[in-house]
Amino acid sequence: MLEKLTTLLGKENLLTEKEDLIPYSFDGTATFHQLPLAVAFPRTTEQISTCVKLAHETNTPVITRGSGTGLSGGSVPSEGAIVLCLVHMSDIISVDPANLTLRAQPGAITADIDAAAATHGLFYPPDPGSMKISTIGGNVAENSGGLRGLKYGVTRDYVMALTVVLPNGNIATFGNACVKDVAGYSMKDLFIGSEGTLGIITEVLLKLLPRPAARRTMLATFPSMESAAQTVSAIIAARIIPCTLEFLDQMTIRCVEDYTKIGLPTDCAALLLMETDGHPAAVADEAEKMAAIALQNGAIEVTTASTDAEALRLATARRSAFSALARVRPTTILEDVTVPRSHLAEMVSFIAKTAADLNLTIGTFGHMGDGNLHPTFLTDERDQAEMSKVHQALDLIVTKTLSLGGTITGEHGIGLAKKQWLPQQLDASSLDLMRQLKQTLDPHNLLNPGKIFP
Amino acid sequence: MPALVSIPDLASQCIHCGMCLPTCPTYDTTKRERNSPRGRISLIKAVAVGDLPITASFAEEMSYCLGCLACQTACPAGVDYASLFEHARAEIETSGLNSSPKRSLYRYLTLDLLFTRPRLLRAFGKTLRFYQTSGAETLVRKLRLTRLLPADLRRLEPSAPRISQRFSNELIAPLESPSNPVIKKVALLTGCIQDLAYAQINRDTADVLLANGCEVHTPPVQPCCGSIHSHNGETELARDNARRLIDLFPPENFDAIISNAGGCGSHLRHYGKLLADDPSYSRRAALWDEKLKDIHEFLTEIKIIPPTQAPFPEPVTVTYHDSCHLAHGQKITRQPRALIALIPGITLVPLTESDWCCGSAGVYSITQPEQSALLLERKVKHIQATHATILLTANPGCHLQIQNALPRLNILHPVSLLAQAYRQSLPEN
Repeated sequence: MLEKLTTLLGKENLLTEKEDLIPYSFDGTATFHQLPLAVAFPRTTEQISTCVKLAHETNTPVITRGSGTGLSGGSVPSEGAIVLCLVHMSDIISVDPANLTLRAQPGAITADIDAAAATHGLFYPPDPGSMKISTIGGNVAENSGGLRGLKYGVTRDYVMALTVVLPNGNIATFGNACVKDVAGYSMKDLFIGSEGTLGIITEVLLKLLPRPAARRTMLATFPSMESAAQTVSAIIAARIIPCTLEFLDQMTIRCVEDYTKIGLPTDCAALLLMETDGHPAAVADEAEKMAAIALQNGAIEVTTASTDAEALRLATARRSAFSALARVRPTTILEDVTVPRSHLAEMVSFIAKTAADLNLTIGTFGHMGDGNLHPTFLTDERDQAEMSKVHQALDLIVTKTLSLGGTITGEHGIGLAKKQWLPQQLDASSLDLMRQLKQTLDPHNLLNPGKIFP
Repeated sequence: MPALVSIPDLASQCIHCGMCLPTCPTYDTTKRERNSPRGRISLIKAVAVGDLPITASFAEEMSYCLGCLACQTACPAGVDYASLFEHARAEIETSGLNSSPKRSLYRYLTLDLLFTRPRLLRAFGKTLRFYQTSGAETLVRKLRLTRLLPADLRRLEPSAPRISQRFSNELIAPLESPSNPVIKKVALLTGCIQDLAYAQINRDTADVLLANGCEVHTPPVQPCCGSIHSHNGETELARDNARRLIDLFPPENFDAIISNAGGCGSHLRHYGKLLADDPSYSRRAALWDEKLKDIHEFLTEIKIIPPTQAPFPEPVTVTYHDSCHLAHGQKITRQPRALIALIPGITLVPLTESDWCCGSAGVYSITQPEQSALLLERKVKHIQATHATILLTANPGCHLQIQNALPRLNILHPVSLLAQAYRQSLPEN
């Protein structure tokens, strides 16, 4: 197998030394490690197809990887697996301003895609926290969200077509550049969010939007988490859909400030980062209303970023929240529970109470506007007593989330990290259908085995 | 006294989120994880916990890292990469894996001899100066006598710095007082390469300090700060040099100890950690760290008197290159730009990727010539795109590296530009 891969890809595109493999034994998720057998760097769809056929012949598991920033263990290798790392397939192939589309290879960096769109006055809205290094292939495979989900949706809403290498090595293209297309099943949607278990995405065609003409970023501070949550509900109730309503609790604010030193108020209980974009007149109107609603709901202060650079600093600071929380304790376990927006305040209070009851440290931040929260446990995986309390808290939070009609993961995927709770969320027949799909497409269970299904 | 943290604990601070990847020049080149900060940290951790022996491949990886510390600026989790990296290089030296008679001889001649004995280093500098100015260099090059040198020295010969006509001790008196009342009492570190190749920058630093009411103490013979030793895995030599500097510049005697070289300053600020387990020095080393200031940082803090005159008769466009160890090692990026903005007749245009390594990185241009050349080429392209007539930068390594690629470009330390403006403002001085 390795010899054939070397012949196919060239020696420089196959890594087998232990010093080369250790850095591919993990992704952005805490606590999961496994050395792969080898790491291969294919350069074309055809090479990927041949790799998969070779894997098929030798019954070798295949793990697809981009930049390895996933937060559910989706690209952590399984034993004896070949990692197909697609970072060298990073071209943005074309931007089509007439049809508002962009075609890219799977290893293209998310931020580069938006930058390429921007040169044509266009916009690619999904902006996961790791957008400066995450790859579009990974974004599609995980159906990543981001800070703008509230107004602009998630990665799925921007995928028009995909080229996929199937588990048998065949190459298939689903979708096209048409806004409307109902020819057969929407197969592309099956592969979006499939976490590398059904096929390998080798090219994407993305939908772009006109770039908003104006943007305003505001920061509101609150004396309690509940008043921040109420503000979010009140803004939505006032029929305003801002592009961003991000929430940080005090623990998160302090860690982010420790890192960025941009002068965030570290004495308030919570803050909201609010952003509106669109036509300048609408932006001005919405910003004014949002500030007023925040103050009516108990905000201590609302400030507006005076320059684009300041607005960017605030958004960048928010994107660093998860990693910055790692300053406090050795192990950082990030959750991704999501509830319908009307239950936000209740969920936030429940998380705080759970942390207090079990004497655990949790920093909570998240996309409050779309109900997607990131309670983050700051702990130490070597402390078994504390880890068992963490698991107890996770169980409580999951149960509460599901009782409110929520989901165990809003944007990170199931991977390894959340698979134990999937049966709790899904009814038996839908989980069974998922298994049948996997079995039909990948009967030998070679693509990303061990993920999603418990 | 800072706590001593174990290597596995330091490495565990990394949550492998990948935020460092886009800022790492070697990862950018190869797109391989082992050439990235989080990849290297995983290897250092594997060695520390016994999962991986110290291998040639591991040593090569630690040599390939520039040590530019861009990853430390990017890291939200606050991983102390500099300590992990220096620890790894020291472990590799201890293991003897890289030893060869030739390498040991070069390391002995430079790290043990030249860079611990300042008088010897100046004598070496004078010899080199004689070679460069007596016509010997021209003759040697014409006769191609460099062919007689070993290959690696032959490659280095053209990139050797032009040695200053006079060294710092010939330009700066041990004690110089301002004409106005003394506001601060400061000590000036003259450095090694700075002293040999850019002694005038030290003079300019003293002038700017004097113009702003500082009494300047400059001991004529100063040992190396130990940065080059620490960076190359010679921790004990680094500790010796730190003790010698603390003895020479008792931190309790000064309001500030001034460094004007980015690479030195980044090491000089961490004597507290370096000597934490030395009971007779730990307290003074911690005080030293408090007093140690980069020149731009210090001048910004004391709020300097803005020069009233432009440094040159015509308006000039300049750009600024951040030395890695000033920007990432010391987090000083705002202050040099703020100082430049105070100088009349100067327009500062931004440099794309200004804080991306130029490939100098200590002895990197010697140990990793290919990667170094790639980075230099990238830097040169961005500098040329600014159309600036002067490049400002505050580290002798960067200065030398970029000057070798752009021999006709005027490269100055920001302090030299400031000193020139003061000279125009006060012509009687």
